[in-house]
Amino acid sequence: MLKVTPFHPRTAPLAQGQAWRRWAGYVVASSYELLHDREYHAIRGAAALFDVSPLYKYVIGGRDAVRLLDRVVTRNVAKCRVGQVLYTPWCDADGKQIDDGTISRLTEGTFRMTAADPNLRWLHRNAAGLDVTIEDVSERTAALSLQGPNARTILQVAADFDLTGLKYFHLTSARIRSIPVTISRTGYTGDLGYEIWVDAAQAVPLWDALIAAGTPYGLTPAGMLALDVARIEAGLLLIEVDYISSHRAFIEAQKSSPFELGLGWTVALDKEQFNGKGALLGEQRRGTAWQFMGIEVDWDSLERLYAEVRLPPRLPTVAWRASVPIYADGGQVGYATSGGWSPLLKQYIALAHLESAFARPGTPVRMEITVEHRRKQAAARVAKTPFFNPERKRGGGGGGA
Amino acid sequence: MPQRYDAIVIGGGHNGLVHAAYLARAGKRVLVLERRPRVGGAAVTEEIFPGFKFSVFSYVVSLLRPEIIRDLELPRHGLEILPLESTLTPLPNGDYLAMWSDHDQTRRELCRHSARDAEAYDEFGQLMHHMAMAVKPILGMVPPDPTSLSPGDLLGLARLAKHFRRLGERHFHALCKLMTMSSADFLDEWFEFDGLKATKAASGIIGTFLGPRSPGTAYVLLHHYMGEIDGAFRAWGFAKGGTGAISEAIAAAARARGTEIRTDAPVARVLVKGGRATGVALESGEEVAASVVVSGLDPRRTFLQLVEEPELPADFVGDIRRYKFRGSSGKVNLALAELPDFTCLPGVGPHLRGAISISPSLEYVERAYDDAKYGEFSRRPYLDIVIPSMIDPAMAPPGKHVMSIFVQYAPYYVNGGWDDAKREAFGDAVVDTVAQYAPNIRSAILGRQVLTPADIERILGLSEGNIFQGELSLHQLFFLRPAPAWAKYRTPVRGLYQCGAGTHPGGGIMGASGRLAALQVLKDWR
Repeated sequence: MLKVTPFHPRTAPLAQGQAWRRWAGYVVASSYELLHDREYHAIRGAAALFDVSPLYKYVIGGRDAVRLLDRVVTRNVAKCRVGQVLYTPWCDADGKQIDDGTISRLTEGTFRMTAADPNLRWLHRNAAGLDVTIEDVSERTAALSLQGPNARTILQVAADFDLTGLKYFHLTSARIRSIPVTISRTGYTGDLGYEIWVDAAQAVPLWDALIAAGTPYGLTPAGMLALDVARIEAGLLLIEVDYISSHRAFIEAQKSSPFELGLGWTVALDKEQFNGKGALLGEQRRGTAWQFMGIEVDWDSLERLYAEVRLPPRLPTVAWRASVPIYADGGQVGYATSGGWSPLLKQYIALAHLESAFARPGTPVRMEITVEHRRKQAAARVAKTPFFNPERKRGGGGGGA
Repeated sequence: MPQRYDAIVIGGGHNGLVHAAYLARAGKRVLVLERRPRVGGAAVTEEIFPGFKFSVFSYVVSLLRPEIIRDLELPRHGLEILPLESTLTPLPNGDYLAMWSDHDQTRRELCRHSARDAEAYDEFGQLMHHMAMAVKPILGMVPPDPTSLSPGDLLGLARLAKHFRRLGERHFHALCKLMTMSSADFLDEWFEFDGLKATKAASGIIGTFLGPRSPGTAYVLLHHYMGEIDGAFRAWGFAKGGTGAISEAIAAAARARGTEIRTDAPVARVLVKGGRATGVALESGEEVAASVVVSGLDPRRTFLQLVEEPELPADFVGDIRRYKFRGSSGKVNLALAELPDFTCLPGVGPHLRGAISISPSLEYVERAYDDAKYGEFSRRPYLDIVIPSMIDPAMAPPGKHVMSIFVQYAPYYVNGGWDDAKREAFGDAVVDTVAQYAPNIRSAILGRQVLTPADIERILGLSEGNIFQGELSLHQLFFLRPAPAWAKYRTPVRGLYQCGAGTHPGGGIMGASGRLAALQVLKDWR
């Protein structure tokens, strides 16, 4: 039996189409309504509420907590201030990426790390000889993600804390209707948003409090289908979809370095030592073979391919997760791993691994499209990500509406 | 005349703004002159009552061309179109007809009324899809003149001929029927349930002074099917922030490319010298020069008010004088303390997030037309109701709501003329009609704005209050819009162009006229 999250008593009755998806051994809603459109538009137009409890969560303490984390991840944890959150990947000794997640500095000596995969063993292996405590709080801590332009307004109605001062990638402890929570200004949508961390026993009352506060502002429970479209628009990568953890890869070619995944900005090569530093230094010197970029499919080209068989373009309104060849000149120069139709941008977009020579924004490429059982190539362009990057994501102050 | 522009656009409606943005995108120095204090024309959002925002006139969007959204990068300038999910038709017997975005749900609902219609509905949808595909290329082309032998026209006609030949016999015949029949007759061929036919037929009368039994209405029905969102036809949407947000996004895109937009700047006339437009004179007396002048106003205002008659050929002036407006619709905007509670489907539910159509039977709608035919507003009008605050809560204070009611028929030429008393009587008829189906509406009203065709003309300058800048009847479409031989956005005055909905392909928040006119202007520039 798969596990259910602490919010299940509230989410289960909402699932009109019984559309559930597996995530880290749990079931979470794919979409609550029969179609995910409205849930998607809630993210960009009002506010959406996601159950993100299946994330793995570890609390790391002890005298050497900073040393452990700085050994594991690529970013500089020593520089992380209390109340700050870092997004970071972590690598094996060859500089190949194992996973990515966030590190929150809860107090001077305590951190919470989130991860997509279980990392307890990896953390323990790296903790040899260090004075640290590592606690897996995954099941004990429930989490909700509140995302969208009205997120701040809604949270402000419910919380006892003035959120105008909470900056992007920072956190605070607060109370929501007397429930103690941690609020971080983070998310997976590339929009204004917050994640709320709560003791699992208080999950249901927290859900109720947020729904009550948010309903007048259009708060809509949303599932993974809507989230997937938003995260592609935001250019955010997904493990096991856009890259394979080096711990799971069977062959070297399946592994990627942070540089190859567009995460070069997270690699603090000036840090004294961390897993993969030597290999990453070498890669930086040699230059990276692959880049992770956006792809914009040309509409006229797409329309022409379908017009040949007398159809209007069929658009992937549910984001796809597959390996799709990208061509340029005579041959294949890469592959897209996620893609879909952006209802907001009116654009067919994808995320792709490209050989560095073809990765400059604006480079004309072609993406494979299957039209009526036949493989075709639609004209496309390499694009910078995020495709959509509203000012409100980082912006401060004011209402949200 | 100190400043010189490449182009002056008269009227900052959405077509004028689209036009300006495309010219600016091509590197032209553009000035937009808008008479009102804000841009948008009929696509404006205004806070009529404190805290309550309304898409005062035009209220939904389906036809805004996706290429315009991409070309002008409108989402980056704040545009977001939210889906309008369903249509609810309350029926006089206390039942209702609901059409949902989920196919199976709609089918089950139709089955309650007629199992036969439920099956026909899929087939009908498929046919209309083919029809929309058939006319879609026309929306994107400058209309070729069938009487012309110029290479450009012949090429356009040849492309059309090829396109229509590919349609196949069955679809070609269906298209001919759609072009000539009444929507009631056309729908009679498909369905038996009256409530369904009436709700569908209502699309065929919007903005037109015709009833569902009048020939020609089937085309207007099709015009409303061409709305395309994300590759799906017959999709309607609602702009976050109201239709004014669409105009604001287009204006921002135009400004980002260097376009100058002046509001409170009414134009008095187009300056013409030696048969060529040289600029405009504002009502303030100021004159501004430009190589090209483009009018987004309707044909009557452009040619009979802004240009001196001697500058135009007599035949052309005659055609423009005969061009039909006949405004037939009004609008009632309500600020509500609570949601309407429909007797047929009580409480708050997803049905309030879609359109609510007061069109219980074909006879009901036809009788509404009968009133108008003899110079009265409909005592029991056809209503198309949406509650934008259900989709975008920012339109009203938390917990409160705004309701937009499109009303037909309200003839421009009403017996005795429109005055305050008649306007309020008209508003009362609308509220009474809603109250028949949602009795709590009267006590929920915090504010009421009633707009008659006379108000629409007075506020927006749309002649006779016609929302499409002229009726969408066959004799006023494609290469005949607004006048034969002058359908290519050019005019008898060199350097004077038209870019409003009074040109092909016509009304709705589509932007196609503005864009096609810009392509034509830029082509002529070379």
